Amino acid sequence: MGAMIEVDQLTQRSYPVVRSRHPLRWVSAVLVLAALATIVRAFAEGQIDWPVVGEFLTAPIILRGFANTLLISALAMTLGLTLGTIFAVMRHSGNPVTSGVAWLYVWLFRGTPLLLQLLIWFNIALVFPTITIPGLFHANTVEVVTPFVAALLGLGINEGAYMTEVVRAGINAVDRGQTEAAAALGMSHMQTLRRIVLPQAMRIIIPPVGNQAIGMLKFSSLAATISFSEMLNSAQQVYFVNGAVIELLFVCAVWYLLATTVLSIIQYFIERHFGRGDARQTSSSRMVDWIGGLADRLRPARAGQGA
Amino acid sequence: MTPVVKVVNVHKRFGAREVLRGIDLEVGDGEVLCILGPSGGGKSTLLRCINHLETIDDGLVWVDGEIIGYELRDGALRELPERKIRRQQQDIGMVFQHFNLFPHLTVLGNVVEGPLVVRREPKAVAMSRALDLLESVGLRDRANAWPSQLSGGQKQRVAIARALAMQPKLMLFDEPTSALDSELVGEVLDVMRRIASEGATMIVVTHEIGFAREVADRVAIMVDGELREIGRPSEVLVNPKDKRVRRFLARVIADPDEASSGTNQS
Ligand SMILES: Nc1ncnc2c1ncn2[C@@H]1O[C@H](COP(=O)(O)OP(=O)(O)OP(=O)(O)O)[C@@H](O)[C@H]1O
Ligand SMILES: [Mg+2]
Repeated sequence: MGAMIEVDQLTQRSYPVVRSRHPLRWVSAVLVLAALATIVRAFAEGQIDWPVVGEFLTAPIILRGFANTLLISALAMTLGLTLGTIFAVMRHSGNPVTSGVAWLYVWLFRGTPLLLQLLIWFNIALVFPTITIPGLFHANTVEVVTPFVAALLGLGINEGAYMTEVVRAGINAVDRGQTEAAAALGMSHMQTLRRIVLPQAMRIIIPPVGNQAIGMLKFSSLAATISFSEMLNSAQQVYFVNGAVIELLFVCAVWYLLATTVLSIIQYFIERHFGRGDARQTSSSRMVDWIGGLADRLRPARAGQGA
Repeated sequence: MTPVVKVVNVHKRFGAREVLRGIDLEVGDGEVLCILGPSGGGKSTLLRCINHLETIDDGLVWVDGEIIGYELRDGALRELPERKIRRQQQDIGMVFQHFNLFPHLTVLGNVVEGPLVVRREPKAVAMSRALDLLESVGLRDRANAWPSQLSGGQKQRVAIARALAMQPKLMLFDEPTSALDSELVGEVLDVMRRIASEGATMIVVTHEIGFAREVADRVAIMVDGELREIGRPSEVLVNPKDKRVRRFLARVIADPDEASSGTNQS
């Protein structure tokens, strides 16, 4: 609390403002920067051949691997979202068999490690040597379930289990009055779901989906173990030959960071799009608000505030 | 008077609790029926049974030539498929206490949603009728606003327009002004008064005694799942025979706010 002041002492309509100094902030900032500089220097002077990092950053084999990483992530994410939406809707079904199957799916694929699932898909030929749809299709499983297919199934189906929970939470968060209003208009279950419930659930679903997508990008590196040549696998192929292990791992790190950063930015804009209809966000100035808020936090607080 | 609604011996239970205990009711074409009564008496449940938001346990609800949710075949009531129940619901408009506007659609989007998606009307037709309706509830200039940008009274007027856009044979209102600040009640009642004067058939659950006295053709008082009293406002509101009804009305007329908060202790 500041010093007591009587109301009739407030004679002026405007007073100059003296911002308070924050000496501790300066001290801690200097300490943190010093620590950071030490780490950076250690890496710069360590046993890392930086020119090699630069050289392989745009090597065709790495770029192809990166493209495969993006491709498998996008496809697995699409598969995951599709499965997640289907199973979330099934969880809400009045039919106990339908909702039970959805529950089982989530239980099974969330309850076992992703790496294990990838290995099982990759080796599924041991269980089913051939795939046959009578009269239509017959093939050897090894030929069908390539590393790419195994990675897609492993990542996508696993993702679907998490997405089921995400979408379900979104559907649950939509007010019951919404479904009733839709029913009172004579909308069918499907129409209500598609036109009323899911669009509103989106707003709740989008932030976790964004996080899942960023996670997927990184988890897709697990497919390296089943010899799908995404970026990490490609980097391994290179360093098995030239021995520049750390250099190639750093190359991967650079590309992963770039991709996750871009995804975060995309997520921000999609979130804003689905925030439409919310009075707080219709001014389309949230980005500006956000940057402004950040700037506010960096500026010293006004004198007297929070004293 | 040709009836539009006929409710016959309707019973509704939630678990062991019987919420509607044999409701019989007829509402004529163009008639306005107001239902009053203490909280928990089953007023909302009755409305929700009429448009099949709830299923009934016994009896039947008939609206303009059809039994809601069932068809009478070989002397038995057979459950209708979902598609046909949806068809019946299209012709019964409902206005909710908490508006239940679709927040992800604009005002205009809310009003055209039913005609476009459910009735599959051509866009131009649906749009022009929606704009006319918004004009009639005084919100034409807010057509492109989002529901979150409206006051409670404006939201409820949009909700009324949304229900009317389906050109229903019957309008149900469940305490349309109970969630509103008192200064916003009037604008909604004005709209309802106008719809009534244009010949709509309406069942209105309300605590607005003044509205009931002035607009209703008949008033019904619902207590403990039964319609205790039904008749012209001048009879029911002034000279009720039932003891519980007399007590309820004395309380409501003395203190209108009491009606919504008051429990039905005997
Ligand atoms: N879905 C439900 N499940 C269980 N009980 C319910 C349900 N809906 C309503 N009830 C009960 O049925 C009784 C009647 O409720 P209803 O909402 O129809 O009363 P009401 O007359 O509309 O009251 P109010 O004036 O408070 O709106 C209440 O005791 C309520 O608790
Ligand atoms: Mg009610």
